[in-house]
Parts: sequence; structure tokens; C-alpha cells
Amino acid sequence: MDIDRLIDDRDTKVIVCCGSGGVGKTTTAAAIAVRAAERGRKTVVLTIDPARRLAQALGLAELGNHPRPVQIEGFDPKGELAAMMLDMRRTFDDMVLAHATKERADEILANPFYQTISANFSGTQEYMAMEKLGQLAHTGQWDLIVVDTPPSRSALDFLDAPQRLSTVLDGRVLKLLAGPARAGGSGLRKIVAGGFGIFAKAVSTIIGGQLLTDASTFVQAFDSIFGGFRERAKKTYELLRSPGTAFLVVATPEPDALREATFFVERLATERMPLAGLVVNRTHPLLTELAQPRAIAAAEHLEELGRAPLAAAVLRLHADRAALAHKEERLLARFAKAHPGIATIGVPALAGDVHDLDGLREIGLRLVGV
Amino acid sequence: MMPTDQPWDAELARARLHVVTGKGGTGKTTVATSLALALATGGKRVLLVEVEGRQGIAQLFDIPPLPYAEEHVAAAAGEGEVRALAVDTEAAMLEYLDMFYNLGFAGRTLRRMGAIEFATTLAPGLRDVILTGKVKETVTRTEARGRHLYDHVVLDAPPTGRIVPFLDVTRALSDLAKVGPVRGHSDGVINLVHSQDTRVHLVTLLEEMPVTETLEAIRDLDAADLRPGAVILNRVRPPRLPARSISSAADGRVDKNRIRDGLSSAGLDLRLEELEGLVEETVEHAVRVDAEARARARLDGTDLPVLELPELTEGVDVAALYELAEALNAQGAGGSRVS
Repeated sequence: MDIDRLIDDRDTKVIVCCGSGGVGKTTTAAAIAVRAAERGRKTVVLTIDPARRLAQALGLAELGNHPRPVQIEGFDPKGELAAMMLDMRRTFDDMVLAHATKERADEILANPFYQTISANFSGTQEYMAMEKLGQLAHTGQWDLIVVDTPPSRSALDFLDAPQRLSTVLDGRVLKLLAGPARAGGSGLRKIVAGGFGIFAKAVSTIIGGQLLTDASTFVQAFDSIFGGFRERAKKTYELLRSPGTAFLVVATPEPDALREATFFVERLATERMPLAGLVVNRTHPLLTELAQPRAIAAAEHLEELGRAPLAAAVLRLHADRAALAHKEERLLARFAKAHPGIATIGVPALAGDVHDLDGLREIGLRLVGV
Repeated sequence: MMPTDQPWDAELARARLHVVTGKGGTGKTTVATSLALALATGGKRVLLVEVEGRQGIAQLFDIPPLPYAEEHVAAAAGEGEVRALAVDTEAAMLEYLDMFYNLGFAGRTLRRMGAIEFATTLAPGLRDVILTGKVKETVTRTEARGRHLYDHVVLDAPPTGRIVPFLDVTRALSDLAKVGPVRGHSDGVINLVHSQDTRVHLVTLLEEMPVTETLEAIRDLDAADLRPGAVILNRVRPPRLPARSISSAADGRVDKNRIRDGLSSAGLDLRLEELEGLVEETVEHAVRVDAEARARARLDGTDLPVLELPELTEGVDVAALYELAEALNAQGAGGSRVS
């Protein structure tokens, strides 16, 4: 896979970086965006939860929920770069405001149940990331959108969350709680109605009748605008499936991260979403060819003689690195065998953290193999 | 070494519920599992619990997904035993409702319709109340003769960012009804997690972000009157360079000629580019060791006992878990320690 070809191709409109938490998705997304802007694309990068110093580097010290041009000394791209950090609550609010009358919107926004799900529901962040992507695409202001995905427990949450949230919001269960008699076919109804009466009672005992009432009011108010929500989620989903989109699955050379990458790769295939390739961050390739057994033998020899301690230490650290490099190669070879035909880029680890423009440029160079 | 010098001190040895948390990617599940094995050494019975539905324990032991039942997963030296329990929130919730309402057959229907997920969505705190309630039940369960069924319970807990809300059931309860069955149930959990019996161990790597999250978690635990236990440094790699050369090497000052001469005297005559590669590796190593030293210094301020587990370059398989357990034994956790 050639990242430069991908970002230079004017037909590439959206790049989505996905993968499990802690693999460096945000850094990858930011590095690609910087490189694309410097190569002439009008780029916007949507980050979800950047580390503080990286956010500062991009001029994202505070949440804005709208893209702002990145202005850093020494950064004068041929194209353009704007960046934003997702404010999930505000994105949700904006969505409600866009779809409901003023009065209805106020009613929804003030509802305690809305406040709970807009801040706490585990899928809200994923849903809002997709919504924001849809909005950015809709403006037509940028010709390349680079998206980071939320640090979910599972990489798949990004694709599943809108559906899960929809299930809650469309209120079927809630209607059941309120009036079980209307639900289901006649055979099922009897059983369910019996159970549900108890369940509703149990639930309201545990979570409190007030919360249940709030939820019920919310769902009624929400019902009228729900169609609009679903329509948008569908459009964004279609955007993700279109040929202008490229998914980069990001991982590290660790079993857990590669397992998540496997799930994601398979899922993308099922959904027929365009996978560009796998980016493996923080690899440790050998910088010299000296074979590990030879290094160890020589180190032992020097240690026995009590001579040249610096050279012996250097041989030892090289042997450690060789062991690590071999393990990483084995893991990646296994992945490649199980998923033939998936282009893979290894990005050698930087010695320190990435928290400024130079760091992002360096990652960009490593992404293209320089 | 005398036991009193060991990081796993008498305070930690007294605890029965060991909550293991850490930033994502620090190896929380591996450490929790090794700790369970270490505590089982010498004939103890230990329950290892996971609550996030990830089936991380099954993956570590390379066995099929665990059912919602306490299953034997490993034996420890001296007839010790580790059982594992993957708590399924929905099943636990039904079990819980069943204590108060006779749901019977209807429970399964509710589950199929997504009613439980819905209820836990309505009140996010509810999920945590149910999960911690289940953990408390296993910690306090007794055998016929009144002895605790499990000597220790090790909980592979949610990550550092979520640990305090997870354990601090008091706060979760503000979401919920102030009366009713859940109240009495939760009082038991509150008593347990704030008692001498419970310690929260923090797994971290010697890197900037995980250490920052660890320090934040310790502060939050203290504020919530929960007890931090040990800091467990995972995947510690040996420093190879002498301490005095680290900072100059990290700045790129490495004596290439001295290395070349030293290698020659061991019969290794490298080409220039090979030598330069070695020097580059040395600089990267020094930068990392330097950052690790800074990370350690930040943790020193916490005054918590610090345990270390080595990096296993071959990856973590079942044999490796026993190796890590031995390393914990050697630092005083479990084993033949006399308390």
C-alpha cells in the first residue's frame, strides 16, 4: 500500500482510521492529514479523543465542534488543514435542533433521560462520530476528510453503535413497558405480558419511577424526529461504503491488537466497505543485520573477560531488540497468512511520544517507508 | 530477602478482594490472571472474575469462551486452584431480579427482547451495581462450616478511567431508587469495597500516558475513600547500558569507536553501516530507558508498594502465566509467605 498514492488520488474523499484502543489511531490520522495538506489536499481531520499534547499541537486546546484551521509556526502547507475534536454532546444537540421544531427541541434537550443517553450511553460517541463525518462531507468544503474513530472497547462498535442506539431510541421496548397489551402476536403476548408486568415493576423499583417517566416522555417527543435521524445514519453508512472512502485498520504488533484488526477486516469485507490496508504502528525493525546468536555469543565472551562493557551492553540490547523484532515478524506473518492480499505498512516506533508537528511529519515519512 | 522487605506487604496480604485496573493495553487481564495464580500457590482457592464481556481469560488460557459459571481454569503449586467466572451482565441482572421477583420462564423472553440492555441503558449505574453485587456475593460466600469458599477473589476490572464510578456504588445509587431491594443489596457492596478486605491494584507500563492515568486513578480512589493497593509495572525490560551513560546516549552521544574496538576484541568486525545501525539502536534504547526512569520517579511520589513483571518477548501463553505468577510470589504475593 502506498499512502502517498492514496492521499494524492483526488478520488479519495474519506479516510477512516479504525482499530482497538491504544494503537495510535489518532496519531496516524493526524499524521496522514498533515501529509495530505502538505501535498496539496484541502484536508480536515476529525479526532475523537486526542492526547492533550497532540491536541495542543494541532491547536485543539478546547472543544469547538467545528473545524478550525491549523496554524502552527513552520506549517505552510500547499493545501489546507483544518482540525476538530468531537464534542459528542453538542453534536447530538445540534442534531436534535436540526430535526425538531424549536419547542420540541427544547423539550427534548431539557429531558433528564436525554441528558443521560447523550452523555453516557456507550454507543453515543460512535454514533455522533458518524454523524459529524456526514456533516463534514455534506458541506463540500474539504476534498479530503480524515477520521479517527472512538477508543471503543471493540473496534466494531463504530459500525454497530448507530444500530444499537436506534434500538433504544425507537422506543419499542419502552412502549412495551408502558403498555404490554399492544405488543407482539397473540401467542407471545400472554407470556410476555405476564413477565413484563413484573419486569416493569422490577425496573421501576430499581431505577425509580421518575426515570421511567422521563424516558417515556422523551421517546414520545423523539418519535417525530426519529425518521430524520435514521435517514442520516443511513446516508453516512452509504458514504462509508462508497468507493471514495478508504478504511485503514490500525494495529500494533501485539496479539490483542491484531485480533481486533482481524475482526475489523472481516467485518469490513462482510459490509463490503473499502479496506485500503493495515497500518501496524510501533514496530521495532532491526537497524543492523548482526544475527542474534552471534551478538549474544560475543556479549558473553566480553562479559567473561570483563572487557569492553559498552560494546557488551550494545550487543545485549541488540539481542533484545532482535528477539522483539522476530516476535513481531511472526505475528504479522501469521496475520498475512490468514488474510492474504491485505496490504500492510509497518511504522517503526519513535523513541519518544509524538506531540508536535515534527513528530507527525516523521510519522508521515515512516508511513510511506522513508 | 525477608518478607518484610517485600513490596507485597502484610496489608496487601490481608486483602481478599483484589481489584486489578489499568489503562487499556497495559496487560490488565494478564496481570490479574498471574496474580490469581500467585495467590493460589500453596493450596489456596482463588476466583478470577471478569466483567466486561471480553472473554479475555478464555483467550489467555486458550480455551473456549467461559460460560456464566465458576469454572476450574488452572491448578497452582501445593494443590492450589484458580477458578474463573465471566460475569454476563444480563444473566446477573436476571439472577438478581429473581431474588426478589419470581420471573421464571419470562426472564428468557425479556432477555431476547433486549429489555435488559434497555434497562441498563436507562440507568447506566445499574449495570455496575449488578456486577459489583455479583463480585461481593462470591467474596462473602461460605462453605457449610462457615469458612469462605474462596480465599481470594481477583477482579479483572474496567480500565482506570472507569474504575472509580464502577466501584463507587454509592454514587451510582444516586441514579437509582433510594429505597427498595437494591438499597440493602448495595450497602453490602459499599461496606466491602471500602473495607480492609479490598485493594485496588494499578497495572501500568513505564510510559508517560499510562503513568499519568495511574496517578489520576490513585488520586480519584483516595478521594472516593477506596484503597489503592500495589502499583504493578508490567512488561519491564532490562536496561542494558550502565546508568551513567544513559543520558548522554539518549542525546545521541555514543562513542562509536569504543564500540567498534570492543566488538573487534570479541572477534566481530562490522561494516560501517552495521556499526551505525547498532549505534542508532543504542540511542533509541537510551531514550526509552531515560523515559522509563522519569516514569518511575513520578510513581515514587505515590508511596504505594511497587511490583514488577518482566517483558516476555516470546508472548504470553499458559506457561508464561506461571512464570509471571512466580515473579509475583518472589515479591511476596501469595506462595508460602507466613502472614
